[in-house]
Amino acid sequence: MDDTTFLLALSGMLFALGLVGVIVRRNLLVMLMFLELMLNGVILSLVVFTQMLGAEAGAVLVFLVFVVAAAEIAIAVPILLLLVRTGRTLDPGAYAGLKG
Amino acid sequence: MTIETVFLMVFALGSLTGAVAMFFLRHPMRVALALIGTMVSLAAIYAQLGMHVIAVFQVLVYVGAVMVFMIYAIMLLDVRDRSFTERFSPLLVAGLAGLLLLLGVLIDGLLRGQPFPAVDVPPDAFSVSTFAIVFMEQFWVYFALTAVLLLVAEIAASAVIDIRRRGQDVAAVRAERGDDHG
Repeated sequence: MDDTTFLLALSGMLFALGLVGVIVRRNLLVMLMFLELMLNGVILSLVVFTQMLGAEAGAVLVFLVFVVAAAEIAIAVPILLLLVRTGRTLDPGAYAGLKG
Repeated sequence: MTIETVFLMVFALGSLTGAVAMFFLRHPMRVALALIGTMVSLAAIYAQLGMHVIAVFQVLVYVGAVMVFMIYAIMLLDVRDRSFTERFSPLLVAGLAGLLLLLGVLIDGLLRGQPFPAVDVPPDAFSVSTFAIVFMEQFWVYFALTAVLLLVAEIAASAVIDIRRRGQDVAAVRAERGDDHG
């Protein structure tokens, strides 16, 4: 197995672990961190392909993904704080009423 | 096996260990520290691949900004409720079965796939100066557009929070008036 295939396998494993973590963990903050893990897996594959093809546009795209990820957290954490202020719990099952 | 491959494997093992540890650690602070370990290992992999700009951004943006913000939130919300005592949801078995299925598909795809063709990449293709020139000459409009869209999203989130707070204030005033009349 060459380095590229090895890193793509690592990327897939990180994404799979992140996805399953979002499904099986019960804490909203931990679920948010598993979402970040999924995003890191995707970024790793993007970096590997960028390096393999020598495409500078890929590096710029990774930078834009970093910016969007930072903004996503800046919005998600205050929403979480508001939710906890209302419901006093980090258990997502307690917010099932948000389904409507 | 070259020394670069050995380092790559060491950092890959570090990132995978952090990701697996996130599953089993109970306290969100320890989960955050495991995620930081994973992110730093990934930054080392990027540096090993010659993508130094991305490695620096990974540490600056993810570890320095995103995770610090997350740790502040964890410190603010030290809630010891059901989500703390019971780590896993009832979907644990289904989730682990899904994980095995995903990993099986991944391994099958990688074993059956063709090896990737080698492309001749110049050694300074991803240096800081090359990245800066390409970024400022070709992609600054996209960055500006992203920044504007993110600003709109932030203002919208603030507006939602403000509307909610005003609604709560109005409800509190009405409740007080109701008490006075009663």
